[in-house]
Amino acid sequence: MQVEKQFKPKIVAFCCNWCSYAGADLAGSSRLSYPADVKIIRVPCSCRVNPLFILRAFERGADGVILCGCHPGDCHYSTGNYYTRRRMTMLFSMLDYLGVEKGRTRVEWVSAAEGVKFSTVMNNFVAKIYELGENVKLGDLRCKK
Amino acid sequence: MQEIEKTLRSRCAELINNGTCDKVIAWDRGEFFYDNSPATFACADCAQKLVYDCFCGANLSKYLIQYAKEGKTAVLLKPCDTYSFNQLLTEHRISRENIYVIGVGCDGMVDIDKIRAMGIKGITAVKEDGEDLVVSTLYGEKTVKKADCLLEKCVSCKSKKHYVFDELIPEADGEDVKENGRFDMVEKLEAMTAEERFEFWQEQLSKCIRCNACRNACPACTCRKCVFDNPHSGVASKANADSFEEKMFHIVRAFHVAGRCTDCGECSRVCPQNIPLHLLNRKFIKEINEFYGEYQAGETADQRGPLVNYTTEDAEPTAVSDRGDN
Ligand code: SF4
Ligand code: SF4
Ligand code: FES
Repeated sequence: MQVEKQFKPKIVAFCCNWCSYAGADLAGSSRLSYPADVKIIRVPCSCRVNPLFILRAFERGADGVILCGCHPGDCHYSTGNYYTRRRMTMLFSMLDYLGVEKGRTRVEWVSAAEGVKFSTVMNNFVAKIYELGENVKLGDLRCKK
Repeated sequence: MQEIEKTLRSRCAELINNGTCDKVIAWDRGEFFYDNSPATFACADCAQKLVYDCFCGANLSKYLIQYAKEGKTAVLLKPCDTYSFNQLLTEHRISRENIYVIGVGCDGMVDIDKIRAMGIKGITAVKEDGEDLVVSTLYGEKTVKKADCLLEKCVSCKSKKHYVFDELIPEADGEDVKENGRFDMVEKLEAMTAEERFEFWQEQLSKCIRCNACRNACPACTCRKCVFDNPHSGVASKANADSFEEKMFHIVRAFHVAGRCTDCGECSRVCPQNIPLHLLNRKFIKEINEFYGEYQAGETADQRGPLVNYTTEDAEPTAVSDRGDN
C-alpha cells in the first residue's frame, strides 16, 4: 500500500510586538482564520530580526519565512523598520542571487488595527508556499552534489 | 618596483631613526618568493629587509588594529588598501594619530596560480620587466604578459589613487580607474536562471573547507568575537556535509560586510579553494548602488554606511521579487 505524503508547510512569521503581533491578536479575537502552519515568533521590533534568524529558520526546516512590522513611519521605535526595509531588500536579493526561490521570504507591514490584513497576508503567503512546495534548496541537504 | 623597494627601505629606516615611528608594517619575504607576508620591522637595520615586488597583494591595514595600539606605527598601503584604512577609521578601529601612512605606488599584483595555469612548471623566480614578467624555471626562462597574470582584484582595480596618506612613494599619485568591469560577472550571473545560479553557487560553495581565511583576512571583519566562533550559534564552524551551512556562513559573511566592504579583494585572494567570494560582495555593492545611490566604502573616513542609514522613500523588499523571474 502506498501512503501518500501530504506536504504540510512549516512557516515562521516574525511579528513585531507593537503592531503585527497585536494585529494577529485582533485577527484571532475577530475570529478571522489563518492557517495553523504559521508559527508566530514575537520580536520587540522588526529590526530585531537579523538575517541569521531567517537563515536559521530555514536551516531548521522552515519552508517560508515572513517578517511583519509596523507600517513605515509607525514603528514604535520611530525608525526601526526603515532599517529592516533596507536589510531585507539586501538579504532577499542575495537569496535570489544564490538561486533560491523568491517567494519563500516576504516582508509585510501590518498594523495593530489590521486584523483582516493579517489574516489575508498569511493566507496568501501560505498559499504561495504550497505552490513552491518543500524547501529543498535552503534546507538541510546533508549531502553535496 | 625595484626602485620603489630601495626607496622604501631607506625611507622606512630614516623614519625609525628620526623618531617619526617606532615600527613599520610592511611585507617580508615569505617561505617562497611568491608569498610575501605582512610583518613588522622595528629597527632601522631590519627595515632593509622589507620587500616590495609584484607579490605584495596582502592588504596591511587590518594589522593596524592589533599592532598600532601603542606608539607610532608606519604602514605601507597600496591605493586599494587605503579604502580599508579609511573604513577602519570610520568604525573607530584604529586611530589616525598613531599611524603614519606611506602610500606606495602599484601597477598590479601577480597571482602565481595564473602563471602556473599557463602550464609553466618548476618556477624558481619571477622578475618584472616593464609590461612583462620574466619567469625563471628549472627548465629555462619564459616571458609572459603581466596583464595576463594579475590577481583577480587587480584585473578590476578601482583606483591607483591613494585616498589617505602622509607621504607617497613614488611622489606622483595615480588616478581612479573608471572602467574596471568589476560588475561584469555579477551581471552574467544575474542573467542566468535561478536554477543555473543555484548550480553555480552550490558547486562553488561546496568547495569550502571552512578554514575561515576569508573572514580573518577581511579588513571589514573586525568583531572581537565572531558569531561563527560562538559554540551556541547553531553553526558547526567546520566543513560538514550540510550544504546549507556553507551557504549560511557565506551569506552572513557577505551580509555582515555589506555597505562596509571596500572591495579590496582579500577574501578571494586568500581562499585556498579559489571560491570567488568577491562575487557575493560585489552583488551587495551593486544592489546598494542601484537602490540607495552610488556608494564606495572607504572613500572618506566619515561616511554613514548605507545599511545603517535610510530614507523614508526607500524601495520595499518586494522590489526584488518584482524584478521578474529568471
Ligand atoms: S587592486 Fe589596484 S591598487 Fe590594489 S593591488 Fe591591485 S592594482 Fe594595486
Ligand atoms: S577562505 Fe575559502 S575555504 Fe576558507 S572559509 Fe573562506 S570560502 Fe571557505
Ligand atoms: S516596533 Fe513594529 S516595526 Fe519597529
